[in-house]
Amino acid sequence: MIDPIFLAEAAVNGLLLGGVLALLALGLNLIFGVIDIVWIAYVDLVMICMYAVYFLVQVYGWPIWIGSLASVGLGALLGIAVHVLIISPILGSAPVNQLLATGGLLFFLQSFATFLWTTDHRSVRLTLPTLEYGGMFLSFARLVAFAVALLVMLGLFLFLRHTYIGTAIRAVSQDREAMALMGANPRTVYVVTSAVGGALAGVAAALLIIQYSVHPFFGAAFGPLTFMICVLGGLGNMIGAFVAAFIMSEIISIGGVVWSTEMGYVIAFVIFIIMIFVRPGGLFARRA
Amino acid sequence: MLELRNVTAGYGAFTALWDVSLDVAAGEAVAVVGPNGAGKTTLLRVISGMIAPRAGALTFEGASLTGRPAYEVVAHGIAHVPEGRRIFPMLTVADNLKMGAYLKVARRAYAESLERVFALFPVLSERRRQRAGSLSGGEQQMLAVGRALMSRPRLVLLDEPSMGLAPVMVLRLFDLIRRVREEGYTILIVEQNVRQVLKLVDRAYLLEAGHLKMEGRAEALAEQDFVRKAYVGL
Ligand SMILES: Nc1ncnc2c1ncn2[C@@H]1O[C@H](COP(=O)(O)OP(=O)(O)OP(=O)(O)O)[C@@H](O)[C@H]1O
Ligand SMILES: [Mg+2]
Repeated sequence: MIDPIFLAEAAVNGLLLGGVLALLALGLNLIFGVIDIVWIAYVDLVMICMYAVYFLVQVYGWPIWIGSLASVGLGALLGIAVHVLIISPILGSAPVNQLLATGGLLFFLQSFATFLWTTDHRSVRLTLPTLEYGGMFLSFARLVAFAVALLVMLGLFLFLRHTYIGTAIRAVSQDREAMALMGANPRTVYVVTSAVGGALAGVAAALLIIQYSVHPFFGAAFGPLTFMICVLGGLGNMIGAFVAAFIMSEIISIGGVVWSTEMGYVIAFVIFIIMIFVRPGGLFARRA
Repeated sequence: MLELRNVTAGYGAFTALWDVSLDVAAGEAVAVVGPNGAGKTTLLRVISGMIAPRAGALTFEGASLTGRPAYEVVAHGIAHVPEGRRIFPMLTVADNLKMGAYLKVARRAYAESLERVFALFPVLSERRRQRAGSLSGGEQQMLAVGRALMSRPRLVLLDEPSMGLAPVMVLRLFDLIRRVREEGYTILIVEQNVRQVLKLVDRAYLLEAGHLKMEGRAEALAEQDFVRKAYVGL
Protein backbone atom coordinates (compact mmCIF):
# COMPACT_ATOMS: atom_id res chain seq x y z
CA MET A 1 0.00 0.00 0.00
CA ILE A 2 1.27 3.48 -0.84
CA ASP A 3 1.61 6.03 1.89
CA PRO A 4 -1.32 8.48 1.52
CA ILE A 5 1.19 11.30 1.96
CA PHE A 6 2.86 10.26 -1.31
CA LEU A 7 -0.49 10.23 -3.05
CA ALA A 8 -1.33 13.65 -1.68
CA GLU A 9 2.07 14.90 -2.79
CA ALA A 10 1.51 13.43 -6.25
CA ALA A 11 -1.91 15.05 -6.45
CA VAL A 12 -0.49 18.46 -5.56
CA ASN A 13 2.38 18.00 -8.00
CA GLY A 14 -0.15 17.02 -10.66
CA LEU A 15 -2.09 20.18 -10.00
CA LEU A 16 1.08 22.27 -10.26
CA LEU A 17 2.16 20.58 -13.49
CA GLY A 18 -1.36 21.08 -14.83
CA GLY A 19 -0.93 24.86 -14.70
CA VAL A 20 1.94 24.85 -17.16
CA LEU A 21 0.34 22.19 -19.35
CA ALA A 22 -2.84 24.27 -19.48
CA LEU A 23 -0.80 27.25 -20.61
CA LEU A 24 0.72 25.21 -23.44
CA ALA A 25 -2.63 23.77 -24.44
CA LEU A 26 -4.31 27.19 -24.44
CA GLY A 27 -1.58 28.58 -26.69
CA LEU A 28 -1.88 25.75 -29.19
CA ASN A 29 -5.67 25.82 -29.03
CA LEU A 30 -5.89 29.57 -29.49
CA ILE A 31 -3.94 29.31 -32.73
CA PHE A 32 -5.92 26.32 -33.91
CA GLY A 33 -9.25 27.95 -33.07
CA VAL A 34 -8.47 31.01 -35.15
CA ILE A 35 -6.25 29.80 -37.98
CA ASP A 36 -7.48 26.20 -38.19
CA ILE A 37 -3.98 24.77 -38.28
CA VAL A 38 -2.37 22.67 -35.56
CA TRP A 39 1.15 23.90 -34.96
CA ILE A 40 2.75 20.47 -34.56
CA ALA A 41 6.01 22.24 -33.70
CA TYR A 42 4.51 24.37 -30.93
CA VAL A 43 6.43 22.78 -28.07
CA ASP A 44 9.61 22.90 -30.16
CA LEU A 45 9.26 26.67 -30.16
CA VAL A 46 9.05 26.35 -26.37
CA MET A 47 12.28 24.35 -26.54
CA ILE A 48 14.04 27.14 -28.47
CA CYS A 49 12.86 29.68 -25.89
CA MET A 50 14.08 27.43 -23.08
CA TYR A 51 17.55 27.46 -24.65
CA ALA A 52 17.32 31.24 -24.83
CA VAL A 53 16.59 31.51 -21.11
CA TYR A 54 19.33 28.98 -20.37
CA PHE A 55 21.95 30.97 -22.26
CA LEU A 56 20.84 34.36 -20.99
CA VAL A 57 20.66 33.27 -17.35
CA GLN A 58 23.19 30.49 -16.98
CA VAL A 59 25.82 31.67 -19.44
CA TYR A 60 25.41 35.45 -19.54
CA GLY A 61 24.27 35.82 -15.96
CA TRP A 62 21.06 37.77 -16.59
CA PRO A 63 18.53 37.74 -13.75
CA ILE A 64 15.93 35.02 -14.30
CA TRP A 65 13.01 37.42 -14.57
CA ILE A 66 14.65 39.43 -17.35
CA GLY A 67 15.57 36.20 -19.08
CA SER A 68 11.91 35.20 -18.77
CA LEU A 69 10.67 38.45 -20.28
CA ALA A 70 13.13 37.98 -23.13
CA SER A 71 11.71 34.51 -23.62
CA VAL A 72 8.19 35.94 -23.93
CA GLY A 73 9.38 38.46 -26.50
CA LEU A 74 11.29 35.84 -28.44
CA GLY A 75 8.25 33.55 -28.36
CA ALA A 76 6.05 36.30 -29.81
CA LEU A 77 8.59 36.97 -32.57
CA LEU A 78 8.90 33.27 -33.36
CA GLY A 79 5.11 33.02 -33.46
CA ILE A 80 4.91 35.84 -35.99
CA ALA A 81 7.77 34.36 -38.02
CA VAL A 82 6.12 30.94 -38.13
CA HIS A 83 2.89 32.49 -39.32
CA VAL A 84 4.33 34.80 -41.92
CA LEU A 85 6.97 32.43 -43.31
CA ILE A 86 5.31 29.03 -43.03
CA ILE A 87 1.59 29.19 -42.34
CA SER A 88 0.50 32.17 -44.39
CA PRO A 89 1.75 30.82 -47.76
CA ILE A 90 -0.10 27.50 -47.27
CA LEU A 91 -3.33 28.82 -45.73
CA GLY A 92 -5.53 27.72 -48.60
CA SER A 93 -3.88 24.36 -49.24
CA ALA A 94 -4.92 20.86 -48.21
CA PRO A 95 -4.75 19.98 -44.49
CA VAL A 96 -2.15 17.29 -45.17
CA ASN A 97 0.22 19.91 -46.63
CA GLN A 98 -0.29 22.05 -43.56
CA LEU A 99 0.57 19.10 -41.32
CA LEU A 100 3.66 18.41 -43.41
CA ALA A 101 4.77 22.03 -43.21
CA THR A 102 4.50 22.38 -39.42
CA GLY A 103 5.81 18.81 -39.01
CA GLY A 104 8.77 19.81 -41.16
CA LEU A 105 9.35 22.77 -38.90
CA LEU A 106 9.46 20.37 -35.94
CA PHE A 107 12.26 18.33 -37.51
CA PHE A 108 14.04 21.47 -38.57
CA LEU A 109 14.00 22.90 -35.04
CA GLN A 110 15.14 19.62 -33.48
CA SER A 111 18.02 19.22 -35.94
CA PHE A 112 18.88 22.89 -35.67
CA ALA A 113 19.10 22.64 -31.87
CA THR A 114 21.12 19.42 -32.05
CA PHE A 115 23.50 21.00 -34.54
CA LEU A 116 24.04 24.17 -32.53
CA TRP A 117 23.86 22.93 -29.00
CA THR A 118 24.40 19.13 -29.19
CA THR A 119 22.14 16.70 -27.34
CA ASP A 120 23.44 17.69 -23.90
CA HIS A 121 20.80 18.31 -21.26
CA ARG A 122 21.11 21.83 -19.91
CA SER A 123 19.43 23.37 -16.93
CA VAL A 124 19.27 26.68 -15.17
CA ARG A 125 20.58 26.24 -11.66
CA LEU A 126 18.55 28.38 -9.35
CA THR A 127 18.84 27.88 -5.63
CA LEU A 128 15.15 27.59 -4.95
CA PRO A 129 14.04 25.96 -1.74
CA THR A 130 11.94 22.85 -1.29
CA LEU A 131 8.99 23.45 0.97
CA GLU A 132 7.67 20.98 3.46
CA TYR A 133 4.02 20.98 4.37
CA GLY A 134 2.35 18.28 6.47
CA GLY A 135 4.94 15.71 5.45
CA MET A 136 4.74 16.62 1.73
CA PHE A 137 7.74 17.99 -0.09
CA LEU A 138 6.94 20.59 -2.72
CA SER A 139 9.29 22.36 -5.06
CA PHE A 140 9.18 26.13 -4.81
CA ALA A 141 9.97 26.40 -8.50
CA ARG A 142 6.83 24.43 -9.32
CA LEU A 143 4.71 26.59 -7.06
CA VAL A 144 6.03 29.72 -8.75
CA ALA A 145 5.47 28.20 -12.19
CA PHE A 146 1.92 27.30 -11.26
CA ALA A 147 1.12 30.74 -9.88
CA VAL A 148 2.59 32.52 -12.89
CA ALA A 149 0.79 30.17 -15.28
CA LEU A 150 -2.53 30.93 -13.58
CA LEU A 151 -1.89 34.67 -13.68
CA VAL A 152 -0.95 34.60 -17.35
CA MET A 153 -4.07 32.56 -18.17
CA LEU A 154 -6.16 35.09 -16.28
CA GLY A 155 -4.50 37.80 -18.35
CA LEU A 156 -5.28 35.87 -21.54
CA PHE A 157 -8.88 35.51 -20.46
CA LEU A 158 -9.23 39.24 -19.82
CA PHE A 159 -7.52 40.02 -23.13
CA LEU A 160 -9.89 37.77 -25.09
CA ARG A 161 -12.90 39.04 -23.15
CA HIS A 162 -12.43 42.76 -22.98
CA THR A 163 -10.29 44.11 -25.80
CA TYR A 164 -11.50 44.71 -29.34
CA ILE A 165 -8.75 42.61 -30.87
CA GLY A 166 -9.25 39.84 -28.27
CA THR A 167 -12.98 39.71 -28.98
CA ALA A 168 -12.19 39.79 -32.71
CA ILE A 169 -9.93 36.76 -32.21
CA ARG A 170 -12.85 34.87 -30.69
CA ALA A 171 -15.18 36.13 -33.43
CA VAL A 172 -12.83 35.04 -36.22
CA SER A 173 -12.72 31.54 -34.75
CA GLN A 174 -16.51 31.46 -35.22
CA ASP A 175 -16.89 33.19 -38.57
CA ARG A 176 -13.86 34.48 -40.41
CA GLU A 177 -15.73 36.05 -43.32
CA ALA A 178 -18.22 37.86 -41.13
CA MET A 179 -15.37 39.41 -39.16
CA ALA A 180 -13.87 40.74 -42.40
CA LEU A 181 -17.23 42.41 -43.06
CA MET A 182 -16.82 44.18 -39.70
CA GLY A 183 -13.60 45.76 -40.96
CA ALA A 184 -11.03 43.40 -39.44
CA ASN A 185 -8.19 42.44 -41.75
CA PRO A 186 -7.95 38.66 -41.24
CA ARG A 187 -4.17 38.84 -41.75
CA THR A 188 -3.80 41.20 -38.81
CA VAL A 189 -5.94 39.00 -36.61
CA TYR A 190 -3.86 35.96 -37.59
CA VAL A 191 -0.57 37.70 -36.88
CA VAL A 192 -1.77 38.96 -33.50
CA THR A 193 -3.05 35.48 -32.63
CA SER A 194 0.26 33.92 -33.63
CA ALA A 195 2.16 36.49 -31.58
CA VAL A 196 -0.01 35.82 -28.54
CA GLY A 197 0.31 32.05 -29.01
CA GLY A 198 4.07 32.44 -29.40
CA ALA A 199 4.29 34.65 -26.31
CA LEU A 200 2.47 31.96 -24.32
CA ALA A 201 5.07 29.47 -25.54
CA GLY A 202 7.71 31.90 -24.26
CA VAL A 203 6.05 32.09 -20.86
CA ALA A 204 5.79 28.30 -20.70
CA ALA A 205 9.48 28.03 -21.61
CA ALA A 206 10.49 30.26 -18.71
CA LEU A 207 8.32 28.22 -16.34
CA LEU A 208 9.62 24.88 -17.62
CA ILE A 209 13.34 25.70 -17.61
CA ILE A 210 13.26 26.27 -13.84
CA GLN A 211 11.91 22.73 -13.40
CA TYR A 212 13.36 20.63 -16.22
CA SER A 213 16.54 20.55 -18.23
CA VAL A 214 16.29 21.36 -21.93
CA HIS A 215 17.57 19.26 -24.83
CA PRO A 216 16.73 19.20 -28.55
CA PHE A 217 14.04 16.55 -28.06
CA PHE A 218 12.23 18.28 -25.23
CA GLY A 219 9.21 18.62 -27.51
CA ALA A 220 8.96 14.87 -27.91
CA ALA A 221 7.59 14.50 -24.37
CA PHE A 222 5.46 17.61 -24.00
CA GLY A 223 4.37 18.03 -27.62
CA PRO A 224 2.14 14.96 -27.92
CA LEU A 225 0.86 15.56 -24.39
CA THR A 226 -0.16 19.11 -25.25
CA PHE A 227 -1.86 17.95 -28.43
CA MET A 228 -3.71 15.20 -26.53
CA ILE A 229 -4.95 17.74 -24.01
CA CYS A 230 -6.28 19.96 -26.80
CA VAL A 231 -8.10 17.06 -28.44
CA LEU A 232 -9.45 15.85 -25.11
CA GLY A 233 -10.77 19.31 -24.28
CA GLY A 234 -12.13 19.70 -27.81
CA LEU A 235 -9.88 21.36 -30.40
CA GLY A 236 -10.34 25.10 -30.19
CA ASN A 237 -12.26 24.92 -26.89
CA MET A 238 -10.30 26.99 -24.36
CA ILE A 239 -12.22 26.00 -21.23
CA GLY A 240 -12.05 22.36 -22.31
CA ALA A 241 -8.28 22.55 -22.75
CA PHE A 242 -7.89 24.12 -19.33
CA VAL A 243 -9.83 21.35 -17.60
CA ALA A 244 -8.27 18.56 -19.69
CA ALA A 245 -4.77 19.79 -18.78
CA PHE A 246 -5.43 19.16 -15.10
CA ILE A 247 -7.05 15.77 -15.74
CA MET A 248 -4.04 14.62 -17.74
CA SER A 249 -1.47 16.01 -15.34
CA GLU A 250 -3.17 14.30 -12.38
CA ILE A 251 -3.25 10.98 -14.23
CA ILE A 252 0.42 11.24 -15.08
CA SER A 253 1.46 12.42 -11.65
CA ILE A 254 -0.57 9.96 -9.58
CA GLY A 255 0.09 7.13 -12.05
CA GLY A 256 3.77 7.97 -11.75
CA VAL A 257 3.73 7.49 -7.98
CA VAL A 258 1.53 4.41 -7.95
CA TRP A 259 3.40 2.64 -10.79
CA SER A 260 6.04 4.54 -12.70
CA THR A 261 6.32 7.71 -14.74
CA GLU A 262 6.23 5.70 -17.97
CA MET A 263 3.13 3.92 -16.75
CA GLY A 264 1.56 7.28 -15.96
CA TYR A 265 2.00 8.32 -19.59
CA VAL A 266 0.70 4.97 -20.82
CA ILE A 267 -2.45 5.34 -18.75
CA ALA A 268 -2.90 8.91 -19.97
CA PHE A 269 -2.60 7.71 -23.57
CA VAL A 270 -5.02 4.85 -23.06
CA ILE A 271 -7.59 7.15 -21.48
CA PHE A 272 -7.07 9.56 -24.34
CA ILE A 273 -7.68 6.83 -26.94
CA ILE A 274 -10.80 5.64 -25.14
CA MET A 275 -12.09 9.20 -24.91
CA ILE A 276 -11.53 9.70 -28.64
CA PHE A 277 -13.94 6.85 -29.27
CA VAL A 278 -16.45 7.76 -26.59
CA ARG A 279 -16.48 11.52 -27.15
CA PRO A 280 -14.75 12.35 -30.43
CA GLY A 281 -15.63 16.03 -30.07
CA GLY A 282 -13.84 16.32 -26.75
CA LEU A 283 -15.04 16.21 -23.15
CA PHE A 284 -17.27 19.22 -23.53
CA ALA A 285 -18.52 18.73 -27.06
CA ARG A 286 -21.89 20.31 -27.62
CA ARG A 287 -24.46 18.11 -29.21
CA ALA A 288 -24.92 19.20 -32.79
CA MET B 1 -23.90 56.96 -54.53
CA LEU B 2 -23.21 53.38 -55.66
CA GLU B 3 -22.49 52.51 -59.27
CA LEU B 4 -21.79 49.14 -60.80
CA ARG B 5 -20.64 49.15 -64.39
CA ASN B 6 -20.61 45.97 -66.48
CA VAL B 7 -19.70 43.77 -63.54
CA THR B 8 -18.98 40.12 -64.25
CA ALA B 9 -18.20 37.77 -61.37
CA GLY B 10 -18.28 34.11 -60.43
CA TYR B 11 -16.68 31.22 -58.63
CA GLY B 12 -13.82 29.41 -60.31
CA ALA B 13 -14.78 28.67 -63.89
CA PHE B 14 -18.44 29.37 -63.14
CA THR B 15 -19.89 32.80 -63.95
CA ALA B 16 -22.73 33.87 -61.65
CA LEU B 17 -23.11 37.50 -62.78
CA TRP B 18 -22.95 38.70 -66.36
CA ASP B 19 -22.29 42.30 -67.25
CA VAL B 20 -24.39 43.82 -64.49
CA SER B 21 -24.82 47.60 -64.26
CA LEU B 22 -26.75 49.06 -61.37
CA ASP B 23 -27.09 52.38 -59.53
CA VAL B 24 -28.25 53.36 -56.09
CA ALA B 25 -28.72 57.04 -55.30
CA ALA B 26 -28.18 58.46 -51.81
CA GLY B 27 -31.31 58.11 -49.68
CA GLU B 28 -32.87 55.55 -51.97
CA ALA B 29 -34.08 52.08 -51.11
CA VAL B 30 -33.54 49.63 -53.94
CA ALA B 31 -34.44 45.96 -54.19
CA VAL B 32 -32.97 43.17 -56.24
CA VAL B 33 -35.35 40.27 -56.71
CA GLY B 34 -35.11 37.07 -58.65
CA PRO B 35 -35.36 33.31 -58.38
CA ASN B 36 -33.00 31.02 -56.45
CA GLY B 37 -29.54 30.91 -57.88
CA ALA B 38 -30.04 34.08 -59.91
CA GLY B 39 -26.87 35.60 -58.46
CA LYS B 40 -28.41 38.03 -55.93
CA THR B 41 -26.08 37.03 -53.12
CA THR B 42 -23.13 37.10 -55.49
CA LEU B 43 -24.06 40.66 -56.44
CA LEU B 44 -23.99 41.82 -52.81
CA ARG B 45 -20.77 39.89 -52.20
CA VAL B 46 -19.12 41.74 -55.08
CA ILE B 47 -20.26 45.09 -53.70
CA SER B 48 -18.97 44.40 -50.18
CA GLY B 49 -15.68 42.98 -51.44
CA MET B 50 -16.19 39.40 -50.31
CA ILE B 51 -15.41 38.38 -53.87
CA ALA B 52 -13.60 40.39 -56.51
CA PRO B 53 -15.33 41.01 -59.83
CA ARG B 54 -13.73 39.47 -62.89
CA ALA B 55 -14.51 42.51 -64.98
CA GLY B 56 -16.30 45.82 -64.58
CA ALA B 57 -16.10 48.68 -62.13
CA LEU B 58 -17.53 49.46 -58.72
CA THR B 59 -17.71 53.05 -57.48
CA PHE B 60 -19.02 54.35 -54.17
CA GLU B 61 -19.35 58.06 -53.46
CA GLY B 62 -16.89 58.75 -56.24
CA ALA B 63 -14.22 56.35 -54.97
CA SER B 64 -13.35 53.23 -56.93
CA LEU B 65 -13.84 50.11 -54.82
CA THR B 66 -13.22 47.61 -57.61
CA GLY B 67 -11.38 44.62 -56.18
CA ARG B 68 -10.97 46.14 -52.70
CA PRO B 69 -11.17 43.59 -49.87
CA ALA B 70 -14.19 43.48 -47.55
CA TYR B 71 -12.40 45.00 -44.56
CA GLU B 72 -11.63 48.10 -46.65
CA VAL B 73 -15.05 48.41 -48.24
CA VAL B 74 -16.80 48.63 -44.87
CA ALA B 75 -14.48 51.49 -43.93
CA HIS B 76 -15.86 53.39 -46.93
CA GLY B 77 -19.36 53.23 -45.48
CA ILE B 78 -20.93 50.07 -46.87
CA ALA B 79 -22.24 47.55 -44.35
CA HIS B 80 -23.28 44.09 -45.51
CA VAL B 81 -25.84 42.02 -43.60
CA PRO B 82 -24.99 38.68 -45.18
CA GLU B 83 -27.27 35.85 -46.18
CA GLY B 84 -27.97 33.60 -43.21
CA ARG B 85 -27.21 36.44 -40.74
CA ARG B 86 -23.72 35.21 -39.85
CA ILE B 87 -23.80 36.55 -36.30
CA PHE B 88 -21.13 35.23 -33.92
CA PRO B 89 -23.17 32.60 -32.06
CA MET B 90 -20.82 32.09 -29.12
CA LEU B 91 -20.38 35.78 -28.39
CA THR B 92 -22.89 37.75 -26.38
CA VAL B 93 -25.27 40.14 -28.10
CA ALA B 94 -23.22 43.04 -26.70
CA ASP B 95 -19.96 41.60 -28.05
CA ASN B 96 -21.54 41.07 -31.48
CA LEU B 97 -22.48 44.74 -31.53
CA LYS B 98 -19.03 45.67 -30.31
CA MET B 99 -17.53 43.79 -33.26
CA GLY B 100 -19.85 45.75 -35.54
CA ALA B 101 -18.01 48.82 -34.29
CA TYR B 102 -14.58 47.33 -34.94
CA LEU B 103 -13.45 50.15 -37.24
CA LYS B 104 -11.46 52.89 -35.51
CA VAL B 105 -13.98 55.62 -36.38
CA ALA B 106 -16.85 53.40 -35.28
CA ARG B 107 -15.17 52.66 -31.94
CA ARG B 108 -15.07 56.34 -31.11
CA ALA B 109 -18.82 56.61 -31.67
CA TYR B 110 -19.56 53.26 -29.99
CA ALA B 111 -21.77 54.51 -27.14
CA GLU B 112 -23.85 56.71 -29.41
CA SER B 113 -24.27 53.99 -32.04
CA LEU B 114 -25.26 51.50 -29.39
CA GLU B 115 -27.95 53.83 -28.14
CA ARG B 116 -29.34 54.22 -31.66
CA VAL B 117 -29.35 50.48 -32.27
CA PHE B 118 -31.03 49.79 -28.93
CA ALA B 119 -33.65 52.44 -29.74
CA LEU B 120 -34.40 50.66 -33.01
CA PHE B 121 -34.27 47.15 -31.54
CA PRO B 122 -35.10 47.33 -27.81
CA VAL B 123 -35.07 43.54 -27.58
CA LEU B 124 -31.31 43.58 -28.19
CA SER B 125 -30.87 45.75 -25.14
CA GLU B 126 -32.82 43.29 -23.02
CA ARG B 127 -30.76 40.40 -24.35
CA ARG B 128 -27.38 42.07 -24.38
CA ARG B 129 -25.71 39.59 -22.02
CA GLN B 130 -27.18 36.55 -23.74
CA ARG B 131 -25.24 34.37 -26.17
CA ALA B 132 -26.25 35.45 -29.68
CA GLY B 133 -26.76 31.82 -30.70
CA SER B 134 -29.58 31.51 -28.17
CA LEU B 135 -31.69 34.25 -29.78
CA SER B 136 -34.73 33.45 -31.92
CA GLY B 137 -34.37 33.71 -35.69
CA GLY B 138 -36.03 37.12 -35.81
CA GLU B 139 -33.89 38.45 -32.97
CA GLN B 140 -30.77 37.14 -34.68
CA GLN B 141 -31.73 39.02 -37.83
CA MET B 142 -32.24 42.20 -35.80
CA LEU B 143 -28.81 41.62 -34.27
CA ALA B 144 -27.28 41.18 -37.72
CA VAL B 145 -28.83 44.46 -38.86
CA GLY B 146 -27.90 46.23 -35.62
CA ARG B 147 -24.34 44.96 -35.87
CA ALA B 148 -24.10 46.34 -39.40
CA LEU B 149 -25.38 49.74 -38.26
CA MET B 150 -22.68 49.86 -35.56
CA SER B 151 -20.07 50.48 -38.27
CA ARG B 152 -21.85 53.79 -39.05
CA PRO B 153 -22.49 52.99 -42.71
CA ARG B 154 -24.25 55.14 -45.26
CA LEU B 155 -25.27 52.22 -47.46
CA VAL B 156 -26.67 49.01 -45.97
CA LEU B 157 -26.80 45.80 -48.01
CA LEU B 158 -29.43 43.34 -46.81
CA ASP B 159 -29.43 39.77 -48.13
CA GLU B 160 -32.79 38.06 -47.65
CA PRO B 161 -33.44 39.33 -44.13
CA SER B 162 -36.79 37.53 -44.01
CA MET B 163 -35.31 34.12 -44.80
CA GLY B 164 -36.46 31.41 -42.41
CA LEU B 165 -38.74 33.66 -40.37
CA ALA B 166 -42.36 33.02 -39.45
CA PRO B 167 -44.90 35.17 -41.40
CA VAL B 168 -45.67 37.48 -38.44
CA MET B 169 -41.99 38.00 -37.85
CA VAL B 170 -41.48 38.80 -41.53
CA LEU B 171 -44.00 41.62 -41.29
CA ARG B 172 -42.37 42.99 -38.14
CA LEU B 173 -38.96 42.80 -39.72
CA PHE B 174 -40.07 44.74 -42.78
CA ASP B 175 -41.49 47.34 -40.42
CA LEU B 176 -38.16 47.61 -38.68
CA ILE B 177 -36.29 47.90 -41.98
CA ARG B 178 -38.67 50.72 -42.89
CA ARG B 179 -37.63 52.47 -39.68
CA VAL B 180 -33.96 51.93 -40.48
CA ARG B 181 -34.66 53.57 -43.80
CA GLU B 182 -36.34 56.53 -42.14
CA GLU B 183 -33.18 57.03 -40.09
CA GLY B 184 -31.53 58.07 -43.33
CA TYR B 185 -29.67 54.96 -44.39
CA THR B 186 -29.53 54.10 -48.06
CA ILE B 187 -30.62 50.50 -48.60
CA LEU B 188 -29.96 47.84 -51.19
CA ILE B 189 -32.02 44.79 -50.34
CA VAL B 190 -32.22 41.32 -51.86
CA GLU B 191 -35.49 39.51 -51.21
CA GLN B 192 -37.62 36.61 -52.33
CA ASN B 193 -40.57 38.12 -50.54
CA VAL B 194 -41.29 40.23 -53.60
CA ARG B 195 -44.68 41.64 -52.68
CA GLN B 196 -43.48 42.83 -49.27
CA VAL B 197 -40.22 44.25 -50.45
CA LEU B 198 -41.81 46.25 -53.27
CA LYS B 199 -43.89 48.11 -50.66
CA LEU B 200 -40.65 49.09 -48.95
CA VAL B 201 -38.43 50.25 -51.78
CA ASP B 202 -38.42 53.02 -54.41
CA ARG B 203 -37.03 50.97 -57.24
CA ALA B 204 -36.31 47.35 -58.03
CA TYR B 205 -34.19 45.26 -60.35
CA LEU B 206 -35.02 41.78 -61.57
CA LEU B 207 -32.06 39.46 -61.78
CA GLU B 208 -32.34 36.18 -63.68
CA ALA B 209 -29.59 33.64 -64.23
CA GLY B 210 -26.93 36.25 -63.67
CA HIS B 211 -28.45 38.87 -65.99
CA LEU B 212 -30.34 42.02 -64.99
CA LYS B 213 -33.63 41.66 -66.83
CA MET B 214 -35.70 44.63 -65.74
CA GLU B 215 -35.54 47.74 -63.67
CA GLY B 216 -38.23 50.17 -62.62
CA ARG B 217 -40.12 52.06 -59.96
CA ALA B 218 -41.59 49.84 -57.29
CA GLU B 219 -45.25 50.95 -57.59
CA ALA B 220 -45.23 50.56 -61.32
CA LEU B 221 -43.75 47.13 -61.15
CA ALA B 222 -45.66 45.80 -58.20
CA GLU B 223 -48.71 44.66 -60.12
CA GLN B 224 -46.90 43.60 -63.24
CA ASP B 225 -45.61 40.72 -65.11
CA PHE B 226 -42.37 41.37 -63.32
CA VAL B 227 -43.71 40.23 -59.96
CA ARG B 228 -45.23 37.10 -61.41
CA LYS B 229 -42.04 36.41 -63.23
CA ALA B 230 -40.03 36.57 -60.04
CA TYR B 231 -42.52 34.28 -58.35
CA VAL B 232 -42.60 31.80 -61.18
CA GLY B 233 -38.91 31.35 -60.72
CA LEU B 234 -39.40 30.21 -57.13
N1 LIG C 1 -19.17 29.54 -53.26
C1 LIG C 1 -19.68 29.17 -54.45
N2 LIG C 1 -18.98 28.37 -55.28
C2 LIG C 1 -19.48 28.00 -56.47
N3 LIG C 1 -20.66 28.39 -56.95
C3 LIG C 1 -21.40 29.19 -56.18
C4 LIG C 1 -20.95 29.63 -54.90
N4 LIG C 1 -21.91 30.42 -54.36
C5 LIG C 1 -22.89 30.48 -55.27
N5 LIG C 1 -22.60 29.75 -56.36
C6 LIG C 1 -23.44 29.61 -57.56
O1 LIG C 1 -23.64 30.88 -58.12
C7 LIG C 1 -24.97 31.03 -58.57
C8 LIG C 1 -25.58 32.25 -57.91
O2 LIG C 1 -25.62 32.04 -56.52
P1 LIG C 1 -26.18 33.12 -55.51
O3 LIG C 1 -25.96 32.60 -54.16
O4 LIG C 1 -25.61 34.43 -55.85
O5 LIG C 1 -27.72 33.09 -55.87
P2 LIG C 1 -28.94 33.79 -55.12
O6 LIG C 1 -29.68 34.54 -56.14
O7 LIG C 1 -28.47 34.50 -53.93
O8 LIG C 1 -29.79 32.52 -54.70
P3 LIG C 1 -30.70 32.28 -53.40
O9 LIG C 1 -31.99 32.94 -53.66
O10 LIG C 1 -30.84 30.80 -53.35
O11 LIG C 1 -29.97 32.84 -52.23
C9 LIG C 1 -25.69 29.74 -58.22
O12 LIG C 1 -25.78 28.97 -59.39
C10 LIG C 1 -24.81 29.08 -57.20
O13 LIG C 1 -24.87 27.70 -57.35
MG1 LIG D 1 -28.77 34.30 -51.95
